[in-house]
Amino acid sequence: MVRATQGDGSAVVTAYIVRRLFAVLPVMAVVALFVFFLLRFAPGDPAAIIAGDDATAESIAAVRAKLGLDRPVVEQFAVWLWGLLHGDMGVSIFSNLAVTRLIAQRLEPTLALTLSTLVVAVGLAVPIGVLAAWKARKLVDRLVMGFAVLGFAMPGFVLAYILIYFFAVQWQLLPVQGYQPIGEGFWPFVESLILPSVALGVTYMALIARITRASMLEVLQQDYIRTANAKGLATDRVLLLHALKNAAVPIVTVIGIGIALLISGVVITETVFNIPGLGRLTVDAVLKRDYPIVQGLILVFAAAKVLVNLIIDISYAFLDPRIRY
Amino acid sequence: MAILADDLALPPRRFSLVTAIRRNPTIAFGGLLLAALIVMAILAPLIATSDPFKIAPVNRLRPPSERWWFGTDQFGRDVFSRTVYGARVSLIVGLSVAAFSSLLGLALGLACGYFRRIDGLVMRVMDGLMAIPSILLAIALITLTRPGLGIVIVAIVIPEVPRVVRVVRAVVLSIRSQPYIESAIAGGTKNTKLLLRHVLPNTLAPLIVQSTYVCASAMLIEAGLSFLGAGVPPEVPSWGNIIAQGRTFFQIAPWTILIPGTFLAITVLAVNLLGDGLRDRLDPRLARRL
Repeated sequence: MVRATQGDGSAVVTAYIVRRLFAVLPVMAVVALFVFFLLRFAPGDPAAIIAGDDATAESIAAVRAKLGLDRPVVEQFAVWLWGLLHGDMGVSIFSNLAVTRLIAQRLEPTLALTLSTLVVAVGLAVPIGVLAAWKARKLVDRLVMGFAVLGFAMPGFVLAYILIYFFAVQWQLLPVQGYQPIGEGFWPFVESLILPSVALGVTYMALIARITRASMLEVLQQDYIRTANAKGLATDRVLLLHALKNAAVPIVTVIGIGIALLISGVVITETVFNIPGLGRLTVDAVLKRDYPIVQGLILVFAAAKVLVNLIIDISYAFLDPRIRY
Repeated sequence: MAILADDLALPPRRFSLVTAIRRNPTIAFGGLLLAALIVMAILAPLIATSDPFKIAPVNRLRPPSERWWFGTDQFGRDVFSRTVYGARVSLIVGLSVAAFSSLLGLALGLACGYFRRIDGLVMRVMDGLMAIPSILLAIALITLTRPGLGIVIVAIVIPEVPRVVRVVRAVVLSIRSQPYIESAIAGGTKNTKLLLRHVLPNTLAPLIVQSTYVCASAMLIEAGLSFLGAGVPPEVPSWGNIIAQGRTFFQIAPWTILIPGTFLAITVLAVNLLGDGLRDRLDPRLARRL
């Protein structure tokens, strides 16, 4: 079976990747249509709400003109879409700066925070999930499962304040808040990311640990695991090479799905820790009701999520050669 | 079952609370905890020790004591009373988002799974909505409207609906190829009857389980939105608002954040435990996988 498909294997993989790439288009189209029509079909008069409570008729008209709401919808859409396809996401209502530029300026802290959380969460959660499955129904397993249940219920920002209270205020081991760019020294950069990454990553870790345990439990019941154990292979070799490798697909899936948790969590975590990233930009824009920025951020975050899902889907083709859609 | 018991002259099976709790400790624990919180929310005016809105600058930032069980905030308001009232907002949002998104998701999921012609279009829209992180989707809607409880509920329902649709649709797709559905079609059963009598009942168990997770997620999103200043109006004592207002004085008065935060975590935990328990009870196949 394997031999029969080996010849045209790479062609099949390429076709699969191309198909997955094209599947991205409708999703992003729906996202773009949604943010565009949300402004046009929102209840009440968005222009009046954006202009504020003490707005005059002129200032409301100015906002309306700036958002292009005074022109026919079809024309608005054509202009907006044309700009978007050329990387133009419009202009902030308050600062008059290009939305793309504002987003680009805030990208570094958010990327640093998400990546460090990803590394910390996956690096901790997969081993404890494997451990829990190996010691199923023992104390370690119960502790891991207890952590997983609590991790799902703990709101990130509440955990963040608990962490700040102990690690920054009481024991003064880490900075209370703020962000140090990597250009200003590596250690301060790492220090400023430790608490935010833990606070952001706890739900994610709970999710990954739980799935790792479940997937490993299923694999550990298989005959080839018994064979591997019976022929005297070391336990760590059995667990890592035989079991984890075969349990990888659901784990990788959840790592991908969970990116959504990180992206949502970034908005709140950056606010708690005063990190000047995309999350802070979102909150500032919402409080000022600067819709073009919110719109641009949604497109960027959704694109990030779609991209991660794409990478995950493509990785299946390599993780499990049996998967062909 | 009842007829059989009568025929064999066996005593009818009586419902025993002790047995029920022993069989499903997770459902019992989560359910009781949630029930207690609901009672607390309903009886808030009786339980609160003082007016949650009353400002008393003399008593500002008092630590927890016999007079102020959970201390006071920077305006001298009683944190205990505010926390008790805060349960109302979280529970109203959680339960109504769960109810509305289940109903909408059920209708769309049944339609997509059963009428294949609309499936492609609706599911593409659902995929698109799911690509937007829920809190951002809610934020976008809130940017364009005036703050209020109703708009917060709507803003959380929209991102939660696709999750329900997916679950329901998957069940319908697996059911519709079953022989008994085919025989019902062959027997001339009308679409509506087929959906209501044969398909709908099968979707209920996964729908109930999913709605508990929607409820938990809605409460977390609401608290997050309020915390960011994009949720219910700031004068409403919701847990997210209490935490947001406690931020400035957190280092000297941590109770203003930690206590409502703990209540939020406990409420979400109760709903999640109820959901996990129901999943194990209603869908043993899925339970074994997790």
